[in-house]
Amino acid sequence: MAADTDAQGRPLVAVTGLGLVTSLGCGQDETWAALTAGRSGVRAITRFPTEGLRTRIAGTVDFIDLDALSAPLLSERLAELAGREAVAQSGLGRPGDFPGALFMAVPPVEMEWDQRRELAQASAATGEVTYVDLLRAAATGAFRPWHDLFTFGTVADRIADRFGTLGSPISLSTACSSGATAIQLGVEAIRRRETDAALCIGTDGSVNPESLVRFSLLSALSTQNDPPEGASKPFSRNRDGFVMGEGAGALVLESAASARARGARILGYVLGCGEKGDGFHRTRSSPDGAPIIAAIRMALDDADLGPDDIDYVNAHGTGTPENDKMESLGLTSVLGERMKSVPISSNKSMVGHTLTAAGAVEAVASLKTIAEGRIPPTINYAVPDPAIPLDVVPGAARDAQIRFVLSNSFGFGGQNSCLVFGAEPKTAT
Amino acid sequence: MTRRPVVVTGVGLVSSLGESLGEHVAALMGGEPPRIDAERFAPYPVHPAPPITWDPQIPKKSDQRQMEPWQRLGCYAAGLALDSAGLKDDVALKARMQLIVASGGGERDWAVDGQILTGLRDAADPGAYLNERLMGDLRPTLFLAQLSNLLAGNVSIVHGVTGASRTFMGEEACGTDALRIAEARVAAAQADIMMVGGSFNAERPDSLLVFEMGGYLWSHPYVPVLERPAQGGGFILGSAAAFLVIESEDHAATRGARTLARLHPVGSARTRREPGDVERSIERLWREAAPAPDATILSAATGVAGPTQEETVTLTRLGPGRPYHALGDLVGHTLEASAPVAAAVGAGLILAGHASDVVAPIVGHRRGEGLVRLSAMS
Repeated sequence: MAADTDAQGRPLVAVTGLGLVTSLGCGQDETWAALTAGRSGVRAITRFPTEGLRTRIAGTVDFIDLDALSAPLLSERLAELAGREAVAQSGLGRPGDFPGALFMAVPPVEMEWDQRRELAQASAATGEVTYVDLLRAAATGAFRPWHDLFTFGTVADRIADRFGTLGSPISLSTACSSGATAIQLGVEAIRRRETDAALCIGTDGSVNPESLVRFSLLSALSTQNDPPEGASKPFSRNRDGFVMGEGAGALVLESAASARARGARILGYVLGCGEKGDGFHRTRSSPDGAPIIAAIRMALDDADLGPDDIDYVNAHGTGTPENDKMESLGLTSVLGERMKSVPISSNKSMVGHTLTAAGAVEAVASLKTIAEGRIPPTINYAVPDPAIPLDVVPGAARDAQIRFVLSNSFGFGGQNSCLVFGAEPKTAT
Repeated sequence: MTRRPVVVTGVGLVSSLGESLGEHVAALMGGEPPRIDAERFAPYPVHPAPPITWDPQIPKKSDQRQMEPWQRLGCYAAGLALDSAGLKDDVALKARMQLIVASGGGERDWAVDGQILTGLRDAADPGAYLNERLMGDLRPTLFLAQLSNLLAGNVSIVHGVTGASRTFMGEEACGTDALRIAEARVAAAQADIMMVGGSFNAERPDSLLVFEMGGYLWSHPYVPVLERPAQGGGFILGSAAAFLVIESEDHAATRGARTLARLHPVGSARTRREPGDVERSIERLWREAAPAPDATILSAATGVAGPTQEETVTLTRLGPGRPYHALGDLVGHTLEASAPVAAAVGAGLILAGHASDVVAPIVGHRRGEGLVRLSAMS
């Protein structure tokens, strides 16, 4: 049996519950089955008209029934579904009474065009519409619920209320590494012995016209709309950007000691976290990859592992020309020649880039990979990039015994977060 | 687990009152009238940002241009904090300094929004029209000025602070929790030194809009915060940014840093906001913080009816006769920046010798209660 503390004397952080919702399905089993079958959840967008847009595809979650669709409402619903699955699996607490903190990666919310239009209409403005008109409509008090809907803390607050988590819920954003940051914050709180348990969720349901256009204007998105399932091509030479995706991933983290004390089934451990900022540019990595390299090294050190211990890399693997090149450079710098034979795959080839949720979604997939002994593939790898000589597990899932997984997450604003998951801590194996 | 003592070694503060800690302390102690712009967003007054020469803290014009006002203000205050901590030129230390930023985001191009809404009114195919206008009219770089974590990103780029970087969102509570987790990380030796702060731009009709939908804005001439609940209640938004450099006392001593104040463990709470919830939260947080008998109260009360009254009644009961200031009368309501601003002003009061112990209750307009306590070093 493993010890309750790690090599540095800190509480070991166990994972006792997982929850997952993606365009591939609701629940970890549905998504996992599709991921290992190499199936794509990317499809033509039907949620809004896509005329005139360069990108008309996304990995949207279309099976959720909501009265009114908006990013915060869908994000909340996805988080609730994933959270419920994770908490149920952990068996921790009682419904509505989760004995731990909540760390949530949520998309920064904003009022959307449907609501702006409704306010403009209610203002009865006949000339040029300005914010003065919108404010006049707002002052009638007829739009009260939209205050809550469009304040940044609401999604996490509602989840905190529903799950009965302890203390002030954290709503966080580190752009596309947010999901990993939520897990890091949970790990750190348990290591400080501030809490025995944490519910860490990353959620994103923000495929709407303006979000899509924003990424499109930065030339970040794939424009290969036909066929949709072929658009996300991480590590391929013809990769041309990412595909937006929606989903949520949830993890119940517990100190190993308290998980064991209540006889919980431990699904794996978060052994290490590494994070390094990059001050080079708002959207691009330092050309030498130093911050990515530092983040990977810190995660390995934190996990008390060496580069040779990593059996599999769950890639950030967005499919943008820049990311995949820099990720490969960073990994090769740390893992050396061996990186050529370490399997690495990108879940984003199938579910798209779930943005705020990605780090959490991929954490769940990483832990499933360990538990099932099966590596999900990178699909759409028809044209290898000679500049990225990696084993990307092309096309089909592969059986393998995986003890330690490195999961990378990188984001705009110089965010680099790496997590290491393990079946057991190394000292116990 | 043993907690390491945590100290404040640097403060940067910008608000309508100016950009020096001294100006803020003088205004607070002198009971100066607030600086308010009642015209620009009438009937909603705001406490506007002061005129700022950005170059000393944000030398590159290209950096200045890439930021929206909230980011610029925050980035500027972060630079002031580094100067104050004597760290501006310590490249190695800044490279391992961790960052927690409390932030909103989403600043919009109001003119473009208005034009699109005008066109949408008569558009034959609204969906196609919206797509066309968004593709044609949105500035590509505006997105980066809207992302919540890009204030932190700009602090990394402009100031070279590149340790772990986290951005917390969620109105007033996220500022309290940013301070709480930063303090806890240093106390638990998860970090030696951190920069923590927040920024808010009040001069934005899109932001006013969200709060006006909720009925939270004060739309009359200025009235002091604590008198507003009796007249219907509401807040006057203020543009402000504050950053603090905090570190373990040992780390500060080793590098010979000037210590401004001690930062005590920060308390925060979430309730459902039933009647009495704010009172119970504040009472519990007060007892946990155990402020000195002569502690100065620096309240971030919003002026919203209900929570403001509960807070005031509770504090008056728990700490009768103590000096009592409402930050809102000084700088307005600064949302995500409230707790960092309160901590900065508190450190200023202590530094100037006006207080030896400061407690700052941060009660959110809709949710979240917190308490920040600082005390003099001796």
